[in-house]
Amino acid sequence: MAEWRLVLKTLFARRVVLIALVLLALMLLMAAISQWVLPHDPMAMKVSQRLRAPNWSHWSGTDELGRDITSRIFYGARYSLAIGAGTALLAAFFGTLLGLLAGFFKRLDAPLMRCVDAMMAFPDILLGIALVSILGASPTNVVLALTIVYTPRVARVVRASTLVIRELPYVEAARAVGVSTTRLLGVHILPNLMSPILVQLSFIFAYALLAEAGLSFLGVGVGAEIPTWGTMVAASTQYADRAFWTLFFPGMAIVLTALSLQILGDGVRDLLDPRLKGTQ
Amino acid sequence: MTALLPRLQVRDLHTRLLQGDSPLPLVRGVSFDLRDEETLALVGESGSGKSLTALSLMRLLARNARWECSGQALLTDGQGQQHDMLKISDEHMRRLRGHQIAMIFQEPMTCLNPVLPVGEQIAESVRLHLGLDARAARAQALRALEQVEMPAARQRLDEYPHQLSGGMRQRVMIAMAMVCEPRVLIADEPTTALDVTIQAQILALMSRLQKDTGMSMLFITHNLGVVAHHAERVAVMYAGQVVEQAGVHELFAKPAHPYTQGLLACLPGRARQLARQSGRAVALQDIPGQAPAMNRLGSGCSFAERCSVSLPACQQQAPPWLGTPAHARLCHLESQP
Amino acid sequence: MSRMSWGTLGRTLLGRLGGMLAVLSLVSVLVFLLTRLAAGDPMAMLLGDQASLADIELARERYGLDQPLLAQFVLWLGEVLKGNLGQSIFLQTPVTQVLLDRAEPTAWLAIFSVSLAMLIGVPCGIASAVWRGRWIDQCVSTLAMLGASMPSFWMGLLVIQLLAVGAGWFPVSGYGEPGAGWLTRLHHLLLPALVLGTLNSALIIRFTRASMLDILGEDYIRTARSKGLTESTVVLKHALRNALVPILTVLGLTLALMIGGAVVTETVFNLPGLGNLVVRAVLRRDYPVIQGALLVIAGIYVIINFTIDVLYVFVDPRVRHG
Repeated sequence: MAEWRLVLKTLFARRVVLIALVLLALMLLMAAISQWVLPHDPMAMKVSQRLRAPNWSHWSGTDELGRDITSRIFYGARYSLAIGAGTALLAAFFGTLLGLLAGFFKRLDAPLMRCVDAMMAFPDILLGIALVSILGASPTNVVLALTIVYTPRVARVVRASTLVIRELPYVEAARAVGVSTTRLLGVHILPNLMSPILVQLSFIFAYALLAEAGLSFLGVGVGAEIPTWGTMVAASTQYADRAFWTLFFPGMAIVLTALSLQILGDGVRDLLDPRLKGTQ
Repeated sequence: MTALLPRLQVRDLHTRLLQGDSPLPLVRGVSFDLRDEETLALVGESGSGKSLTALSLMRLLARNARWECSGQALLTDGQGQQHDMLKISDEHMRRLRGHQIAMIFQEPMTCLNPVLPVGEQIAESVRLHLGLDARAARAQALRALEQVEMPAARQRLDEYPHQLSGGMRQRVMIAMAMVCEPRVLIADEPTTALDVTIQAQILALMSRLQKDTGMSMLFITHNLGVVAHHAERVAVMYAGQVVEQAGVHELFAKPAHPYTQGLLACLPGRARQLARQSGRAVALQDIPGQAPAMNRLGSGCSFAERCSVSLPACQQQAPPWLGTPAHARLCHLESQP
Repeated sequence: MSRMSWGTLGRTLLGRLGGMLAVLSLVSVLVFLLTRLAAGDPMAMLLGDQASLADIELARERYGLDQPLLAQFVLWLGEVLKGNLGQSIFLQTPVTQVLLDRAEPTAWLAIFSVSLAMLIGVPCGIASAVWRGRWIDQCVSTLAMLGASMPSFWMGLLVIQLLAVGAGWFPVSGYGEPGAGWLTRLHHLLLPALVLGTLNSALIIRFTRASMLDILGEDYIRTARSKGLTESTVVLKHALRNALVPILTVLGLTLALMIGGAVVTETVFNLPGLGNLVVRAVLRRDYPVIQGALLVIAGIYVIINFTIDVLYVFVDPRVRHG
């Protein structure tokens, strides 16, 4: 589609978005190849090296068990990013389904949206805590819990967009010609939802990242043995006063990744919205 | 009563949209005079640049884009002083707007603030430009509503736009624009969005108000039918340029520019007239082709591609102004075809 | 105010009330199901775990604990509405009492944080929109995005290290001794309120900015300018009035975030509030408390939203007239 080429072209035109993309790509890359590239084993404990300040051998210092923090950050990226991405994709999928149904079928709208309202009446963290405590602490359960937390958000956005698209002339035209409902939803309406869905994907990835960190910090996340960025910050609380770097660097990883995701999401949104208005 | 200076004198107005590599010229050297108590109709299809001309003069171009305007737009105020609207400061222009020159827009539904009562929207102009206090301003607003023949005017003062019908909203717009008795009123397609029956009422109202207050009006429209009954002079625009200017009767009787001729021939009424005259059935006319894309204009006449009587020179050279000041056309053709 | 049609107004409000009740019912269903999944019988929790086997058998018959799910739900809801939220397993006090004891710090934290967030957020959002693209917009937007990317507990810990442990300007944690004066309390609340307030202002800035930009692009703003109104009148009178509805919306959202944020922040700063209580309860599996707290917190949020809905009626004349 010519539109995608235009999207990519203008996306690359904005420096900030480009930087965000590069950062994310780097993070992904490091997460993938860290094992072969890093000088230190992220799991190797060297008690003699515990709580060393950042130096040439350990760029971010070492934690309370003598493990190299830089390596752990890149190794932990796998878990944090996987949880974030998993949540985003699942929430986007279910949210779109719900939103489409609610937006398109008037009779389903009120009941579905009331359910969504009820789910959104619980603050994210609270619902996350409740769900994880029921399901048990593990990465899969965290993904499941956070998917449930964020699906309503996506559903709301998709529903709002569906309501608008449903009224557009060419959808009415397709209906008038006798296009079947499934085809209408799948071929005519869904493609137009792509831009808000993409934007939501980006943001939910960021929220899930932050939420997982929060949950792990509170002790109801993935479980302390799994090295996500959240558990790293949680473990650092005791040592933060004498070993500031144990707190600082994992946190920065979260901040930079979440920031890049949000910049990306904003960039995509800025791009696709006025363009849509312009082409009509 | 004709003063020496025209009330509004526009010379060589150029408006360019700054985007991408090269600026896009959308108004290309528009010039016209608006005399005292006269209505000049600015006619053209969508995209011809007529609304942009008005917005450029008022310096109300959309703020989410970057523009470049050049030329001269001299407004003569009530004291006989001239102001070049394109060159004065923002603050100076702001003082002129709503007071010496006002504008009404096409869509009364979206052009009124939904959260303020209509009376307030009229009164604030009065307070600002005429310095009246709140009570006097409100009284003035009431008078303005009565002048525009608003039914139950006193009640309407405190109502909100969504409580009024389309015709009533347009009356509010007219009241808002006229309450400070501007010298020039720019009306950008004021009746296009209204029902046909209301259109006639609003047009009649505007004519009457013009006669009562002695203001000059720049009437922008794509509807030639409206032009015939409500304007003294007409300027026809095409692709960002004025291509013909004449008195209204002259224009309809003896259109000189091929585009104007084409436009008139498109009128169904015209076809009927010709049929009656010749005694034969006459097919509905249209002008073949489409208006040119503004980023692909050549050096010649912008109408050349669609012109049925074009010369080879038309594609190459920009056409000159021919005819008399009273009836001018931008064309190469020496004699009227 | 102009003549309002009291009939339509009443009907609109009644409609909103109905919606609120519907959501509250759904919320109670959700809490019932959640608790059931986690810990078995919510009704049994209301009775407390001190009851002997015989008592439980008696209760089974009397309260119908062997009856179908729906009946149990109705019974449970009945008790809840009577104010019986059960007894905390660990604290051996009625849950209602526990919640009331812990309400004060959370309430104050929420009020301070929201006020701070709005005080920073709304003006910054407006400024960002009015001077779009200039350096003030770039700065504010970047800071807002940074705020939205920062985990609140991380910022809290950093702030504690820098301002409390390092500079010693603030107490490191806690709420002060029991019976301490309001000034001490304030001193303890300042850092957490600062953290929550600044981070949540990010959302308000973005929302306000987006709304103002939308509004400033509307036709009626062009009309206002065409009347020769000063730019400040256009922005503050014509544009802002229309932005009140989205600003109210974001206020509602912020309050929700605040409650969630309180959970983490109270833990970091060791404030004896509701958030902290919930976390401890979850970790200790004190189900009656979890259940009660979830109900109350969600319920408060729904009521807040309803209030905001009602406020819409007074702010937007279009809603008023139906």
